[in-house]
Amino acid sequence: MAQKNIAGQTVEVDAEGYLTRPEQWSRAIAEALAQELGLQLTEAHWKVIEFLQRDYRERGSVPGMRRLNKVGGFATKDLYALFPDGPIKKAALVAGLPKPASCV
Amino acid sequence: MKELLILGAGTAGTIMANKLRRRLPAADWRIRVVDEAAEHFYQPGFLFLPFGIYTARDVVRPKRRFLPRGVEFLQAAVDRIEPDRRRVRLADGPELPYDLLVIATGTRPVPEQVEGMADGDWRRRVHEFYTFEGAQALSAALRDWRGGRLVVHVSEMPIKCPVAPLEFAFLADWWLSEQGLRDKTELVYVTPLSGAFTKPIASQVLSGLIERKRIHVVTDFAVARVDNERHALVSWDERDVPYDLLVTVPPNLGADLIERSGLGDEMNYVPTDRHTLRARGHENIFVIGDATDVPTSKAGSVAHFEAEVLTENVLAHVCGEPLPERFDGHANCFIESGFGKGFLLDFNYDLEPVPGRFPFPRLGPLALLGESRLNHWGKLAFKWIYWQVLLRGWPIPFVEHRMSLAGKQIPAGALKPEAVG
Repeated sequence: MAQKNIAGQTVEVDAEGYLTRPEQWSRAIAEALAQELGLQLTEAHWKVIEFLQRDYRERGSVPGMRRLNKVGGFATKDLYALFPDGPIKKAALVAGLPKPASCV
Repeated sequence: MKELLILGAGTAGTIMANKLRRRLPAADWRIRVVDEAAEHFYQPGFLFLPFGIYTARDVVRPKRRFLPRGVEFLQAAVDRIEPDRRRVRLADGPELPYDLLVIATGTRPVPEQVEGMADGDWRRRVHEFYTFEGAQALSAALRDWRGGRLVVHVSEMPIKCPVAPLEFAFLADWWLSEQGLRDKTELVYVTPLSGAFTKPIASQVLSGLIERKRIHVVTDFAVARVDNERHALVSWDERDVPYDLLVTVPPNLGADLIERSGLGDEMNYVPTDRHTLRARGHENIFVIGDATDVPTSKAGSVAHFEAEVLTENVLAHVCGEPLPERFDGHANCFIESGFGKGFLLDFNYDLEPVPGRFPFPRLGPLALLGESRLNHWGKLAFKWIYWQVLLRGWPIPFVEHRMSLAGKQIPAGALKPEAVG
């Protein structure tokens, strides 16, 4: 288990940089994590992040693409535009959630 | 007279009808099975059709032949299940009441879910082998093959029989060699996952196999569309994989009637208790086979093991007793590796495939996670077992629904503690 200093705080992360203690997450940390990925969070990003967090609380796992499409109402194309290359992996990292089982 | 209704007469539904008819008194319980189709397909055989190893005669039989006396078969399409009224409404109007419902409606490929997949190239340059028609069409396409880029592709997970596309690539390598076409064919395997094998131990043991067979692997490929003009797969991150012949596994979804009934998740699979196989939130509905959302393979062997658990649970349920049996996620599958050889995998919720011997420790005779001729013969012999033993709900000797740890070489840390839920 590694520690990481970010946004003036010390948080615990796994080998790939995913937060391991969700209670250490904050919006400021999310902004900083996003910046490390080269992303500037907008309202549209936050909608995705908040959906992931809500769904994770309810179901105990990070939702896959179909769930994001059908339940979240997000189009795959838009998700790739917001979080290029690996939308679910990146959004989950910013949201302070574990690395998703999903491939993207 | 009480009503037991089974939706779906595929592998899972047929086994349940056989098992339950033997155990539920005919004076108390009527058993009805509803399915749209008249024909039962031996789906593992679809893999062999394109290569001419099997013909239609090996894989098709009338469904009715496998349902026992005392079970009524209704060939009809189902509109929806109405759990609150404990009724199933058929597409042409009539309603069937039930005291107990078993959902065995399976999963199916839906090429329309990928933009362009079902367009101009479909069944010409773009094929699948998960349906009888698809496997037959692919068979014809291979007869005309003279070389080029043959791309085997998985759209997304989960899919039915997850190793089948890899088996297809292995068999294609063998078949092309036999035809003298292997050197004229570039064989490519495209997967949305981070590798062709995703379980660490299997990956370790089997690595090298794909290189030896000169199969080029493209990983992390999330397909956005099929470009019918340029004959290429295009990913969401704008990578191209051109094909002359594409053998794809389209996205798999559960039955539409599950969605219409409001009983499914986003893929139309029914949220199911992974141990008891009861539909979550529905006392009188049980789910079996590919129709569930339980985290194990969608495969006939799983349906077979689940049927043993579900039979005991249904019998307890009708007597008002607590459900006694727990499914452990057990799956068991032969993997064809080409040139008359095969592998055997045996795994469950808590243990990924590991090396060893099966079904008897040390004696085998089958090798787990090892390549052998006997495993290939095992796979071919399984067709007879399927039609004669498995579908009729008889036990297969020495193979239990609870996965055995005996005979397995389990690396430290590989066995997960019993997961909650």
